[in-house]
Amino acid sequence: MEKFITHIQPPKGFSLGLKELWQYRELFYFFTWRDIKVKYKQTYLGILWALLQPLGMMVIFTFLFSKTWKIDTTPIQYPIFVLGGLILWNLFSVSVSHAGESMIRNANIINKIYFPRLIIPCSSILVALFDFLMGLLIFIVFFLIYKQPVSWTAILYVPAAVLLTLIAAFGTGTFFAALNVKYRDFRYTIPFLLQFLFFASQVIYPLQVVQQSWLKYVLAVNPVNAAIELFRYPFSFSPVDMSIIAIGVTSTMIISLIGLYYFRKTEAYFADLA
Amino acid sequence: MSPIIEIRNLGKQYKLTPSQPYMALRDVISGSFRNILRTDKKQTELFWALQAINLDIEQGERIGIIGRNGAGKSTLLKIISRITPPTTGSAIIRGRVGSLLEVGTGFHPELTGRENIYLNGSILGLKKVEINRQLDAIVDFSGVEKFIDSPLKHFSSGMQLRLAFSVAAHLEPEILMIDEVLAVGDIEFQKKCLGKMEEVSKTGGRTILFVSHNLNFISALCNKAILLKDGRLVNLGSPKEVVSEYLNSVIKKGVNKDWGINPPGNNIVQLRMVQLISSDGETKENFDVNESVGIQMNYEVLQNGHILWLGHNIYNQEGLNIFDTHNVDSPYYNQPSEKGCYSAIAWIPANFLNTGSYFVSTAIFNHAQKIVHLHERDVLFFTVNEVFEGVTARGMSPGDFPGIIRPILKWETVKLK
Repeated sequence: MEKFITHIQPPKGFSLGLKELWQYRELFYFFTWRDIKVKYKQTYLGILWALLQPLGMMVIFTFLFSKTWKIDTTPIQYPIFVLGGLILWNLFSVSVSHAGESMIRNANIINKIYFPRLIIPCSSILVALFDFLMGLLIFIVFFLIYKQPVSWTAILYVPAAVLLTLIAAFGTGTFFAALNVKYRDFRYTIPFLLQFLFFASQVIYPLQVVQQSWLKYVLAVNPVNAAIELFRYPFSFSPVDMSIIAIGVTSTMIISLIGLYYFRKTEAYFADLA
Repeated sequence: MSPIIEIRNLGKQYKLTPSQPYMALRDVISGSFRNILRTDKKQTELFWALQAINLDIEQGERIGIIGRNGAGKSTLLKIISRITPPTTGSAIIRGRVGSLLEVGTGFHPELTGRENIYLNGSILGLKKVEINRQLDAIVDFSGVEKFIDSPLKHFSSGMQLRLAFSVAAHLEPEILMIDEVLAVGDIEFQKKCLGKMEEVSKTGGRTILFVSHNLNFISALCNKAILLKDGRLVNLGSPKEVVSEYLNSVIKKGVNKDWGINPPGNNIVQLRMVQLISSDGETKENFDVNESVGIQMNYEVLQNGHILWLGHNIYNQEGLNIFDTHNVDSPYYNQPSEKGCYSAIAWIPANFLNTGSYFVSTAIFNHAQKIVHLHERDVLFFTVNEVFEGVTARGMSPGDFPGIIRPILKWETVKLK
């Protein structure tokens, strides 16, 4: 019985609360399981939705930028180029928008039960990761159809790209989630911010087409650019632009720390606000 | 052994903002501009929902928490279950806390009954192995075996409630907190739940904190009760003692109130006595749902010529003003009164109120002249109880019968073809 002593006090200081997160790992699993299950139960096409969206976008962008404007992405064929960027971008944007709204969506539970609040945005991100893995399967199919050459280093670079995207999505998502609880009209700015970030990401164009080097470095602050750079490297065989990676990793770390700090600082009062 | 819950000087302060608790970014941005221009800042009112609470609870005690709406009952449970942090003081909890602030938390309509058991169970703090072990017992207790693999959206609200309570009843924390769970559900299921709760607390040494407006349940289930008033703990003792203090002090008196030598009123009119009576003239406080409730007021008019209106406000246990009634169909209504003693009985018809507890406030006034001669709040208290014989609005339907009132209406049904 001595194991379960809890001291309740007015909140002070800052801690990550990792130990407590570990204690609640089963709840984490159940939240993720619920969201995945409900998402695919409610739709007629189910899991196909996760695949159709990037495929449709791939067709449109291939038609526009490869056939009409002829963006040069050699040695990567444009459909492969854009599909890879799209699934990684979707991982980021779906994570951020779902995590951002997750606290409001689960307000009824937050108001009634205690658990580490961080579970909620994190499980939203895992749901997006599930979609991404489905997308990755399609990507592999297309890359076999197009007979796209690839280096074995993909085994290292693809997971690194995914990890970087997840960390960036975590930081941004938790920050937005906390802001959303406090300022209810913040949610309306999220789609706009994501739209802006999409065009600032090298999804449909390679960052190399940007002529001004200062602009390239500004764009590199967007963590998705570094992630896509890592993701495409094994297919392009050209050297990685290390400055983009360095800037992206640094900004990812800063965003995550800010997001996590703000979330942990405000979470005690979520039940009073939600 | 040290107590399982030690509460020291616990307090919770809320900021009362004029509109909603959360803000709009828009307001913050426009507000900061305004603050630059003006120096007078908008005053936010501070309000103590709980103050200076000291309480020790021993293992195995079943504590009933009594108090009117806004007395701080739910805030206390929310702090102990860590949903919201306190502003001052501390609490030490020696055991796992299972909180049941509302049954069915996290239930999802698209998932099956079985899936919801796992989800709800884990939200309430059960481990997956514990749910596996208890699954049969949970399903069995709920009585919805047949539907357990169909989506929850096909369940009736009564079935959802049974399932939810069943999961909750199989929680195995050392401390279980319950807020108003038993206010819903049919009598049979409520009895089953009460039995289960008594069983777990007696055999398992479980500590229970129970918030309810239903004083009968508090008396039946708890071995101790505390009374909260305006965020402060005013009494701790046996349920019987605390319930009667609640009825006497907070509600002043239950079934009958006779002011004797110190009547409320002025030199025009004074209220002598109020009481609750049944249709056969008997003074009582527990009415059947198919029985009419008489609210009698005796008053004395001390000056001739004043136009007096009589009225009652009826509140339910959540503090909601169900209706007001004025003596509009009386021959004395809106007529100048002569000196003398009067008695007026207002009849709430049978089969009109739903089951539950009610408070009555009484007034003598004249709205047209904007005069209130007297307005006595919460002078009477009564309960309306379910019956299973005779005619009621429920008819043949089992289970929870929702709604604020429960009238039998005239239904005109004709066959058209």
